[in-house]
Amino acid sequence: MSYIKIRNLNFSYKDDEGNPESVLRDLSLDIEKGEYVAVLGHNGSGKSTLAKLLNLVIEDYDYFEGSIEIDGMEISSPNMTEDDVYELRKKVGMVFQNPDNQIVATIVEEDVAFGPENLGLPREEIRARVDEALRIVGMTEYSRHEPHRLSGGQKQRIAIAGIIAMRPDCIIFDESTAMLDPMGRREVVNTMEKLNREDGKTIITITHYMDEAVRADRVIVIDDGRIILDGKPSEIFAKADKIRECGLDLPLCSDLLIKLRERGIRLDGEINTPEQCAETIARSLLK
Amino acid sequence: MNSIALGQYYPSGSVMHRLDPRMKIILAIVYMVVSFLCNNVFSFVLLFLSAIALVLISRIPLKTVLRSIRAIMFIMIFTAVLNIFWTKGSPEELLISWGIIQIYSSGIYNAAFIAIRIFCMIIGTSIFLTYTTTPIQLTDALEQLLSPLKVLHIPVHEFAMMMTIALRFIPTIVEETEKIMSAQKARGADFTSGSLSKRAKALIPVLIPLFISAFRRAGELATAMTCRCYRGGKGRTKLNVLRFTYRDLIGVLMMAAFISGIVLLNIFAPGYSM
Repeated sequence: MSYIKIRNLNFSYKDDEGNPESVLRDLSLDIEKGEYVAVLGHNGSGKSTLAKLLNLVIEDYDYFEGSIEIDGMEISSPNMTEDDVYELRKKVGMVFQNPDNQIVATIVEEDVAFGPENLGLPREEIRARVDEALRIVGMTEYSRHEPHRLSGGQKQRIAIAGIIAMRPDCIIFDESTAMLDPMGRREVVNTMEKLNREDGKTIITITHYMDEAVRADRVIVIDDGRIILDGKPSEIFAKADKIRECGLDLPLCSDLLIKLRERGIRLDGEINTPEQCAETIARSLLK
Repeated sequence: MNSIALGQYYPSGSVMHRLDPRMKIILAIVYMVVSFLCNNVFSFVLLFLSAIALVLISRIPLKTVLRSIRAIMFIMIFTAVLNIFWTKGSPEELLISWGIIQIYSSGIYNAAFIAIRIFCMIIGTSIFLTYTTTPIQLTDALEQLLSPLKVLHIPVHEFAMMMTIALRFIPTIVEETEKIMSAQKARGADFTSGSLSKRAKALIPVLIPLFISAFRRAGELATAMTCRCYRGGKGRTKLNVLRFTYRDLIGVLMMAAFISGIVLLNIFAPGYSM
């Protein structure tokens, strides 16, 4: 059974005049435990709304149809109690775009402890989780620092640690790299990958950076509230026309390889990372 | 940006810094009360010495401490001078009689006493609270000290959380203000010339974006906190628990010894009393 199961989801916001404005249309999706999924889409495609629905942080459920199930729990049912919501949020953590607006405390370790404190865990357990979370994101030496003196990437890693410390099964990154410089982005993406590969967390990353999507196991392209493409990165990025139709750019490597093929150069093999790309080109040159 | 200091916290790492902030709040209040108990020359001398001792124990440079005194220097001198002229003692205490101006020796004593009292109150509270305790420690301590008020349905935890968030966001908002000001300067805004009302008006294009952004931040922070299972103070535990240690016990004992010293001097010491 899949960990996240979305069936025929329709969702609309109220526009300024109070009329429904459709954001997600007839969307069905299954995500397995331990998957590393990148959700792509241009601004306004509905990808952030989808993430917020999964964490129940949408305020207005007037125009909601279909069903969302997480770990066997129907989260869209109207008779969900406050405690059910609380249980769900323990399972699915969320990291947002602006690290400044997620950090609550004035000391790094106290911020990481915020989640576990809310769960009412005993002191020793909180200590252990905070230390572990900081170790996973590689920020142990900054535990007593003030967050506002850290770089963007470091702040975002603190925000991730704050989520890890709650030990969720799944972490959703809602454009968590959009405000970072290239170095900060690399730090955060490496952390995502590590969480998936080493700790077996289900990772859903919502992004419009193609280079990040390439590193996931599965890419989902959303346009105008619908799933347009869903598959392995190498399959998705081979469909250059469709990607461009959705207002997205191809990753640099895929673009290069497609252009080379158009010129009649034969290239075989998996092409996702720059390393694979270089290897493939080198092999064809040696032939 | 990094130069912004919250409050006047001075990290010298002294014993005073490591005391339980809850106890420091109580000690600061007790110290203020005791400064009102003093009533003769000897007890005031002891009070003055205790203030010096506090400065020495906390290892705050004298220069830093005197800077905080400077702000209230005027009030100190003003009340002292008033006391010199206003106090009417018995005829044998009369020192100078100059028309309507009469100065009594008791007036001079009172002036000195009041000056010492104000001086010590300021030193006491700033050493106990602002110089050796971070704002965040103060907030934590206040939350715990005021927690009995929860019985009366006063949202103590919520107030403390608001304080913490406010402190957390001061550097962020200051940074943002600087950014907006440079952005407006780049568009030709002038914040430095013209009359006061003109300069105040020039700040409007800074304040409006600042407020909009602050509200947006507040909304995002609330969402992020909700996602991290925040639901008020109910059932929350703490990573860092404030602990009352042997050091704090020594602090309490020293304060008790000081109070008894003052009381004994008040009763038994000779000389003029207020």
